[in-house]
Amino acid sequence: MTSKWEKVLRRIDDYRWEIPMDYKEGMLVPGIVYADDKMIKKIKEDQSLEQVANVAFLPGIVYASLAMPDIHWGYGFPVGGVAATRADDGVISPGGVGFDINCGVRFLRTDLTEAEVKSRLERLVETLYLNIPTGVGSKGKIPVKRDRDLDEVMTTGAHWAVAMGFGDPEDTLATEEGGAIAGADPRAVGQKARERGLPQLGTLGSGNHFLEVEAVDEIFDPAVASVLGIDQVGQVTVMMHCGSRGFGHQVCTDYLKIVEAASKEYEFLLPDRQLASVPVNSPEGKEYLGAMRCAANFAWANRQCITHWTRESFQQVFDKSWRELGIRQVYDVAHNIAKIERHKVGGKDMELCVHRKGATRSFPAGSGAIPAKYRDVGQPVLVPGDMGRYSFLAVGSGMAMEGSFGSTCHGAGRTESRGGAKRLLKGRDIQQELREQGIIVRAHGGWASLAEEAPVAYKDVADVVEVCHNAGLCKKVARMRPLGVIKG
Amino acid sequence: MGSFQILEHTGEIGILAYGNTAVQAFSQAARGMFSFMIDLDAVEEHEVRHVEAEGPDIEALLVAWLNELIYLFDVEGLVFKSFHVQEMDDTHLKALCYGERLDVERHRFSIGPKAATYHMLEVKKESEASGWRARVILDI
Repeated sequence: MTSKWEKVLRRIDDYRWEIPMDYKEGMLVPGIVYADDKMIKKIKEDQSLEQVANVAFLPGIVYASLAMPDIHWGYGFPVGGVAATRADDGVISPGGVGFDINCGVRFLRTDLTEAEVKSRLERLVETLYLNIPTGVGSKGKIPVKRDRDLDEVMTTGAHWAVAMGFGDPEDTLATEEGGAIAGADPRAVGQKARERGLPQLGTLGSGNHFLEVEAVDEIFDPAVASVLGIDQVGQVTVMMHCGSRGFGHQVCTDYLKIVEAASKEYEFLLPDRQLASVPVNSPEGKEYLGAMRCAANFAWANRQCITHWTRESFQQVFDKSWRELGIRQVYDVAHNIAKIERHKVGGKDMELCVHRKGATRSFPAGSGAIPAKYRDVGQPVLVPGDMGRYSFLAVGSGMAMEGSFGSTCHGAGRTESRGGAKRLLKGRDIQQELREQGIIVRAHGGWASLAEEAPVAYKDVADVVEVCHNAGLCKKVARMRPLGVIKG
Repeated sequence: MGSFQILEHTGEIGILAYGNTAVQAFSQAARGMFSFMIDLDAVEEHEVRHVEAEGPDIEALLVAWLNELIYLFDVEGLVFKSFHVQEMDDTHLKALCYGERLDVERHRFSIGPKAATYHMLEVKKESEASGWRARVILDI
C-alpha cells in the first residue's frame, strides 16, 4: 500500500500533497491533503487517501477533494474531509456530513485560576458528573414531552434552550450560525428520529464525547487571546465535545436510505455506496438539508443546556453566580455539517454546498458570518485533543478561504481502534495514571471507556494544529490542558 | 448455525457474518453487532420484539435490519441475544428478536453503534459448500 502512494502522491508545497486526477478514472478534481512529512507517512498506511480520491467523483465538486491533517479512514468519506459542490447543479451527500450531525465543540472562559480551582477540583468534577446526564441510556432532564416542543428545538436550536432558562442570549451570539441555522424543516424529520431525540435532549453522550475543565497552558497570541476572553496562563476554561445524539444518527440513517435509492435514478457513478448523493436542488436534496438543519439545531440546543448545567455546577462549588465567576462563552463550532456558502473558485464567485466531515469552519477577520466582536481577529476555532493531553484555541485565516473553503482540522484523529487501545492498555489503571498527572476523570463507562479514549489511541493534536497553523488554515491562539474530565 | 467475526478499524467496526443460508448470515450479523456492545452470554431472553425491515436489495436490507435493532436499543434500551427470522427475501424481512433491557454492569456494556453504513457492504452466496457471507461496517 505504501509503495503505491509513493508513486501517486505529488508534493505541492511544504504542507500539501496532491492526488492527481488521473489516479483514478472518474475523479472530477484532484485530491489535496494537508500534512507534514511525518504525518503523510502514517496517512499512507490506511485507506484514507483512497477515500479522498473517491470523494472527487461527486458530481459538481469544485477545486479539490480536501483532507485536513487529522484525517483518518471513515466509512465512505474520510474523517477530516472537506468537499464543496456547486449548489445549483451539484450534489449533496449525507455521508459527507456523517451520522453525528453537528458534532461540535463549545468553549467557555472563566475568571477563575487553576490555583483557585485546585482544592475544589474533585468536588467540581463530581458536581458536573451529577448535573450533566452522560453515558448510554442517560435521559435528559428537560421537559420536552410534546412534538411541538421538539419542532421548536429543531427550528430555533440554542434559542429554544435560552428561552427555557438554560443560559443567556449572549451565548447564542457567540455560537456558529447564531445558535440556529436557517432553513430547518421539521416536516422532513421522521418519527424514529423524534422518538430517539425526545429523551436524549440535554445529554452528553458517550464514546469520544466529553466535557473538560481546563487550564490555559500557553498563550501564543496575547492580543487575539484577550479579544476572545483569554487573559492569562493558568486561567480556567471549559470545553465540551458532543453532537446531536440519536436524533442526528437517525436523520442520517433515514436519509442515506432515501438518497441511496434516489441516486440510482440520477445514475451517478460513485465508487462507494456510502457516497450516495442527490442533486442539492432535488426534492430529496432539499428535504435532507431541511432535516440536517433540524439535527444541527438539536445539537446546538443540547450544548446550550449543558452550558447552563456547567454554570450551575460552578455556582454550587464556588458559591458565586456564574456572572461573578465570569463564565462566558467564547464560541461554539460544528465539525460535521453541510452549509450553503459563497466562495471564490478560480476567481469566480460561486454558491457552493460545503461538506465538512470532521473539519471546522475557519473564517478570517472581516467575515460577515462571524460575531461582530470577533470581526477584527477572525472566527474562533476550537480543537479538542484527547483527554490526557491538550486542546487548542485558534482563529480563522484568509488562507483557509483560498485553500480549503475556509476550513481547518477538528481534533486529534484516531490512530488505534477501540480494541487496539484496550489491548495496549491492558492491566493499566488509567484513572490513577491520569490522577497522578493531576487530571481527575469520571467516566460512566469505566475502564473500557477510558482506555478507548486514552492518548495512545490518538494522533498528537499539537502536530495537527501545527500543520494547520503553518499551512495558514488557522492561527494558534492558546493551548489548554485538562484538569478534570467527565465522559460517558 | 453460522458464525461471525469482528473486524476492527480505527473509527468503526466491521462485522463478517457467515451462514448456510442468508437467514443465518443475517442472524449472525445481528449477534455480531450485539457481541461488540455487550457480553452476549450475560443476556437473558426476557423480552421479545417483532422487527421488520426492508430495502431495495439484499445488501441494503442488511443495513436496514441492523439499523432497526440500533433504533430499538436507543429507544427501548433493549439488547438482543437471539433472532428467529420468520420471513425473508431480497428486499424484506420479519424476525422475532429475544433479549432484555440493558444493564450496563451485568452486561458489561462497551459502546452503542451510531448506525450501520453502506461502506464495503456485501452480502453474497460464496458457494454451496461455504454458504453465505455478509460484511457490514458500523459507525460507533
